[in-house]
Amino acid sequence: MAMMELMKAVYPVEAADYTSAGSASADIKRRLKKLGITGDVLRRVAVASYEVELNLVIHSLGGELDLVVYPEYVQLVSSDRGPGIPDLSLAMREGWSTANDEARSLGFGAGMGLPNMKRNADEFDIQSTVGVGTNITMRFRLA
Amino acid sequence: MTIQDMVRVLNAHVLLGEDKLSTPVYTACCSDLMSDVLAFVDEKTVLITGLTNPHVVRTSEMLDLKCLVFVRGKVPNEEILESAAEQDLVVITTKATAFTACGLLYQEGLRGVPVPLEWDSED
Repeated sequence: MAMMELMKAVYPVEAADYTSAGSASADIKRRLKKLGITGDVLRRVAVASYEVELNLVIHSLGGELDLVVYPEYVQLVSSDRGPGIPDLSLAMREGWSTANDEARSLGFGAGMGLPNMKRNADEFDIQSTVGVGTNITMRFRLA
Repeated sequence: MTIQDMVRVLNAHVLLGEDKLSTPVYTACCSDLMSDVLAFVDEKTVLITGLTNPHVVRTSEMLDLKCLVFVRGKVPNEEILESAAEQDLVVITTKATAFTACGLLYQEGLRGVPVPLEWDSED
């Protein structure tokens, strides 16, 4: 039997939309708070979600964030339409970044995004194919 | 100290949150790099920054920060202040540079957010 979904939401994220970057994460945080999720878990989901949303804006050709809340955990999946990451182990390294000047001028692109997502999530999985896209699945335990 | 003490020490102007100046503060961080703030800060602290774009407020929102201190007399635009107001953030601005602002607050007993200071053995 499929596990019961307490809440589900999909957020399309546009490439290079620096102005509204973070609005999906802000909404995710508000919704989780309404469900009674607080404290450390809420903060970790918020930070990881903001990082992954920024990555979609800065690096992808566009994509979406899918949020599903189960009784046992929060699941956040990011999927994009490319360009894909050629070297995942390099991308996961702290300090490595291919962000452009616009992202850097906003205070991002320090190469902390992916490692920070991994640190904040209880489960982290990344799959990427050049020319196809990147999928990141993060889970945060509630119990 | 309280945010009110920070205002006094920094000779700052309060832009938002006049009613919350009695909030106690124990730690602060200073950065223009929101990536670093997101990666290293894990408590409800104070952010001292020279950056005035909407992502400073977004970052504060994600981390539940208490207070934003803009240095070098910077004042963010109305839109940014409105979104800070929605989150009940206290926002102050000081003429001091980031270095001086940190020094003055440190002298009064405020400390940095705890981050690992030891080098990893492989470094």
